[in-house]
Amino acid sequence: MEILMAFVVGILFMTATYLMLSKSLLRIIVGTGILSHGAHLLLLTMGGLKRGAAPLLGENAEAYTDPLPQALILTAIVISFGVTAFFLVLAYRAYQELGTDNLEKMRGTEGNE
Amino acid sequence: MNNLIVLPILIPLLTGAILIFFSKRVMAQRWIATLSSIATIIVSFLIVQKVRSEGIQSLNISSWDAPFGITLVSDMFSSLLVLTTSIIGFVILIYSFKSIGEEREKFYYYAVFNFLLVGVNGAFTTGDIFNLFVFFEVMLMSSYVLLVLGGTKIQLRESIKYLLVNVISSALFVIAVAYLYSVVGTLNMAHVSLRIAEVGQPVIITVIAVLFLVVYGLKGAIFPLYFWMPGSYYAPPIPVLALFGALLTKVGVYSITRTYTLFFYHDAGFTHQLLGILAILSIIVGVIGAIAYWDIKNIVIYNIIVAVGVILYGISVMTPDSLAGSVYYLLHDMIIKAALFLLVGIVIAVTGTSNLKKISGLIKHYPGLAWTFFIAAMALAGIPPLSGFIGKVLIVKGGFEGESYVGAAIVLMSSLLVLFSIMKIFINGFWGEDRSYDVKEKAPVKWLLISPVILVILSALYGLGSEAILPYIYQAAETLSDPSIYIQAVLKE
Repeated sequence: MEILMAFVVGILFMTATYLMLSKSLLRIIVGTGILSHGAHLLLLTMGGLKRGAAPLLGENAEAYTDPLPQALILTAIVISFGVTAFFLVLAYRAYQELGTDNLEKMRGTEGNE
Repeated sequence: MNNLIVLPILIPLLTGAILIFFSKRVMAQRWIATLSSIATIIVSFLIVQKVRSEGIQSLNISSWDAPFGITLVSDMFSSLLVLTTSIIGFVILIYSFKSIGEEREKFYYYAVFNFLLVGVNGAFTTGDIFNLFVFFEVMLMSSYVLLVLGGTKIQLRESIKYLLVNVISSALFVIAVAYLYSVVGTLNMAHVSLRIAEVGQPVIITVIAVLFLVVYGLKGAIFPLYFWMPGSYYAPPIPVLALFGALLTKVGVYSITRTYTLFFYHDAGFTHQLLGILAILSIIVGVIGAIAYWDIKNIVIYNIIVAVGVILYGISVMTPDSLAGSVYYLLHDMIIKAALFLLVGIVIAVTGTSNLKKISGLIKHYPGLAWTFFIAAMALAGIPPLSGFIGKVLIVKGGFEGESYVGAAIVLMSSLLVLFSIMKIFINGFWGEDRSYDVKEKAPVKWLLISPVILVILSALYGLGSEAILPYIYQAAETLSDPSIYIQAVLKE
């Protein structure tokens, strides 16, 4: 199971890298979304995918899944959610002000000589 | 157990939260921010004294025992960094009053400013690797907002790049933590160190070490990963730039130091040599950039890369002297970079340009500014009575003791070029013919000069009083060279 997940995560990273190397800003943001999906899945996988009950003490099971990676992922998800929301609004503002979503055109030498 | 060490995180956090309610009342904001800033300085000074007299202070949050809960740890290294951060936060705050402009002040500038300090102080104090990630994000989120606040074209453009780079490096941080967790099964730094020592650093740990170097190198701008910095740091207004230049990259440097002295010290032949090579290359790239530009902001920005290289070179050698030198130099560099950026800001406020070819003869009208800048430049290059000297001496001495002659020679040579790059500003900008500049309103030079003067005086005292300060520095270096002190203080075995 871990090996399958490793391949999935690898493909996600590959897609994310490809998207983030493109010119359009929206494709780049989609790429960052996929990158964080990959990172979160990797965190889950690396915590171990052995069978066990959901980490609820009421289940009264003999073995539970590791609760720590799940807490870490939850933290990482909300952080990347906040950052992505900020990034999207920033991209919107940049589109309004600069009139382009092409990163190649966002260099400019104004104030950078 | 000591609740004192949580206060440098808690005070700015509460202040930031309170300031949100006063967003339209600028004077109230300034007073609250100033008072809390002074309180933070006092508290962090007390922590330094406490660590000096009683050894490493650790605090288990909610009284969960060490490897299971989050532990905050203040050893001498982090408490000194927290003290320096608080002082720099205070002086930049004072500078902001007359420099940042009312528009920004009304849009939560001081609140975000305090949240940035929360992130930095937290990153220095935490003893948990995932908590370090969270404090990195607190710091980065605030830095995104501070970078883009105001919304001019250059800020929007550069924020996008800065944000993208940091989103990628944060994802890499999560990946690195995931790998580390799967190998050692713990997140508490002291416990991670213990577990790695038990298995004796197999190759997979070395791979993770390099991954951490990439992550922190992206934050700290070391050689192949510095490319985002010159553009991004060019964009924000001066107080924000000073805050970034003094604090943000140094958190990356601190994290590299912490992980490479606490976790990954078993295969130093590979990891530390790699770190050493990258540090040397950073120095070279930094000085090339510093002497190439005729823009005063760019010159100081490239000097950050040089300093990061020098500090990390000291870490990579791993002798007691070079570690002490790195600690000393790190504190010196935080102070002096903040001072230089603030001084550069005054020059820009007076002349309306940052192009060195359009500035000359400032010394006639602004002698105070000129001589402060001169002393700051001397301190940056490491002229003996000032603070840059002893750090570099110890690093070079450590380099020779560690038989790393080429690196030590490059560190020495770099001082010369750093001096050249900064004296270029002094000679061209302050000497020469008097010129007139068209600036819309007169800059409040006297007020603005207070902050850099405080920092330069501190830097001079730091150099002159090194006899008194060196025991603290050596105590910090001792913890770095002997991880068992740290582990025992946290796990209490």
